[in-house]
Amino acid sequence: MSSTLPDPRPNADSIAYWESAKQGRLVLRACAECSHKHFPPRRLCPVCWSESLHWTDATGLGTVHTFTIMRRAPVPEFAAQVPYVVALIDLAEGPRMMANIVGEDAHAVRIGERVSVCFEQRGDWAVPQFRRISD
Amino acid sequence: MSLRNSAVVVGIGESDIGHLPHMTGLGLNAQAARRALDDAGLRPDDIDGLVTAYSMTEPYFMLGTVLCEYLGLQPGYCASLVAGGATPAVMVGHAAAAIASGQANTVLVVTGENRASGQTRDQAVAALATAVGHPYFEYPYGPSIPGCYAMIARRYMHEYGTTREQMARVAVTTRMHACLHPNSHMKTPIEIGDVLTAKPIADPLTLLDCCLISDAAGALILTRPDRASGARSAPVWLYGIGEAHTHEHLSSAPSLTEFGVTRAGAAAYGMAGITPRDIDVAQLYDCFTIVPIIELEELGFAPRGAGGEFWEAGHAQIGGKLPVNTHGGMLSHAHAGAAGGMFGIIEAVAQLRGGLGPRQVEGASTALVHNEGGVLSSNCTLVLGRERR
Ligand SMILES: [Zn+2]
Repeated sequence: MSSTLPDPRPNADSIAYWESAKQGRLVLRACAECSHKHFPPRRLCPVCWSESLHWTDATGLGTVHTFTIMRRAPVPEFAAQVPYVVALIDLAEGPRMMANIVGEDAHAVRIGERVSVCFEQRGDWAVPQFRRISD
Repeated sequence: MSLRNSAVVVGIGESDIGHLPHMTGLGLNAQAARRALDDAGLRPDDIDGLVTAYSMTEPYFMLGTVLCEYLGLQPGYCASLVAGGATPAVMVGHAAAAIASGQANTVLVVTGENRASGQTRDQAVAALATAVGHPYFEYPYGPSIPGCYAMIARRYMHEYGTTREQMARVAVTTRMHACLHPNSHMKTPIEIGDVLTAKPIADPLTLLDCCLISDAAGALILTRPDRASGARSAPVWLYGIGEAHTHEHLSSAPSLTEFGVTRAGAAAYGMAGITPRDIDVAQLYDCFTIVPIIELEELGFAPRGAGGEFWEAGHAQIGGKLPVNTHGGMLSHAHAGAAGGMFGIIEAVAQLRGGLGPRQVEGASTALVHNEGGVLSSNCTLVLGRERR
């Protein structure tokens, strides 16, 4: 995908996430009290409400929970990308996140397939994306 | 305190429906309100409460008081609610609670928007994508609302074997029903092949799997049961209401195959003191064809995974085991912002009153309405009936 696409918009909850992505790392919030790992990043743990949280590196491995091939772009920024794949990825650590499946064989994606994270430049930032693992 | 028998619907009104550039969003609301008031045989002075939703096409913040101002009302109770597509059923709950608590005696429940002419189709799609998708963690990946429901459909097909043909049957059936309704937006019959070969939107969904974008508004008048004696039509009773709110954004949904519909339905059945077997007609939220398939299952009308077969077998048709969306639903009757689900409530009341000609479900005495908002995020079920329960 190209750099005309929307840039990430970091805020106080997410700045460390986006700074990490810029360095090629996918990070999650982990709870010191109950050890639950969550995404998107919050100020407290959504399971036990502890405010004692830290950032932890994800393996970047996941499986495709579901996906769609977008035939019509919701906003003009994505019009040139059509058709593109939007998917929900179940990370090995537990949390689920939305991303595009990228790469030449992206349209061959199937539910349950293993994927690994990669990073796509967006202006000064980078967004986590996923590729199919061929094995 | 239960809301069972707390309030009755004595008036229903639909605005004109379609592409209506000569009307504003507030104008549509006013037309629907006027028709509901006339239907109830009441006068503006009788209204002492108003409940509405929100607008994405017009620049009003406090929509409830904006509407009161437009309609010349100064009520003692006013609420503007935001639960996406679930809002109309939630609005009925608030109106009934206001009546039960003595805050109001007669409440105008009204919502609608000029979604078709107040914005371009592109603006409509973009506004929804940014309103319902997570602005920070989904928007950068370019999902649309149809895209989110397409992902639910794909997972559902994967887990339960629901087919494209079964989903198409939802669109075909509700279009057939819309053809019997005098005020529906779309009245050209369609066939399974038309749905499967329509313009692809987000695989597996095509254009005909997606709800309409209409200019439309709908209104109800709810009042205290002891004030309903002068009503023009037989009052329709609120038997039960239930809600469940499980997430907002699709990527944070606890499950893509089990939603809050079950919990909302169970709460409504519980308050009403009935079971799914007692329901004669159901008006289910149908923003996309997969949704009323899932809702049928979660509300207990079909075993899990058998909702598609239910539609395919014709059980959801008028004359079938449980007629669903007898007005045509949002796929064919109308969809305009929060008003989409309102027309299901209006149709439920109309069916319980009776006399709808070829569209009438014979002997309908108990009806269910389910509304959902976001991506099956907020759920609200209503059970309504013809007699005090
Ligand atoms: Zn915790």
